[in-house]
Amino acid sequence: MNRLRRALAAALLLGLAAPLRALAAWNKDAFGAKTPGDALKHLGVSGATPSADVHIDAPQIAENGAVVPIEISSAVAGTNALIVVIEKNPFPLTARFDFKEGALPFVKLNVKMGETSDVRVLAEAGGKHYFATHEVKVTIGGCGG
Amino acid sequence: MAGPMKMRANLGAGFTDVRVLMTHPMETGLRKDADGKLVPMHFIQNLTVKVNGKTVIEAEISQAVSRNPVFSFRLKGGAKGDKIEVSWLDNHGDTAAIETAIA
Repeated sequence: MNRLRRALAAALLLGLAAPLRALAAWNKDAFGAKTPGDALKHLGVSGATPSADVHIDAPQIAENGAVVPIEISSAVAGTNALIVVIEKNPFPLTARFDFKEGALPFVKLNVKMGETSDVRVLAEAGGKHYFATHEVKVTIGGCGG
Repeated sequence: MAGPMKMRANLGAGFTDVRVLMTHPMETGLRKDADGKLVPMHFIQNLTVKVNGKTVIEAEISQAVSRNPVFSFRLKGGAKGDKIEVSWLDNHGDTAAIETAIA
């Protein structure tokens, strides 16, 4: 009887833990950070090196900050993640993409920019970080409304 | 709320080009409605891309991704008929998914 109860309790805990784990896969501290430095600290990034192998293709001037197209990729061997930081946004960390076997470190997406800012892209490879920046001048911001 | 998704996956030169469109308001929590009240945050937080059931890309995104997000990804190699699945999870716990075969 005791064993049965313990087994039931364990099953219940597992059942509860599974959805919690699924939701926890979002780095609240990093995404909630208000400065690029804090965001990167919460992602465990320290001492990134500038690299010409990290590519950012984005407009120099964006008339509408609500939709700024950016294309990011990395030619650094063994890149397993790309991180996008929009330095002057209220919450600078915009995205982190983790690439497993079978995917190339390439993403095209549209982002919102509150004002003219550097867009910083970091590539993670072998536990090290490499970055590039690209300034986008924003005519009308896209965060408020 | 969670509207339809659209996706196409085409073979390129040595890679597969995946383009996916999601219907989502991506509210930042900073925008005001017509009555001047702040619209609460509502945005996609997690994305997963799978090929034939195997996860190849996992992403965490913020409210700074534009409304009705569009993403392009590139997968190594690929063959016609391979199944690509993309799913998302937002801060309300809502999810949506779409599956297509490489054309």
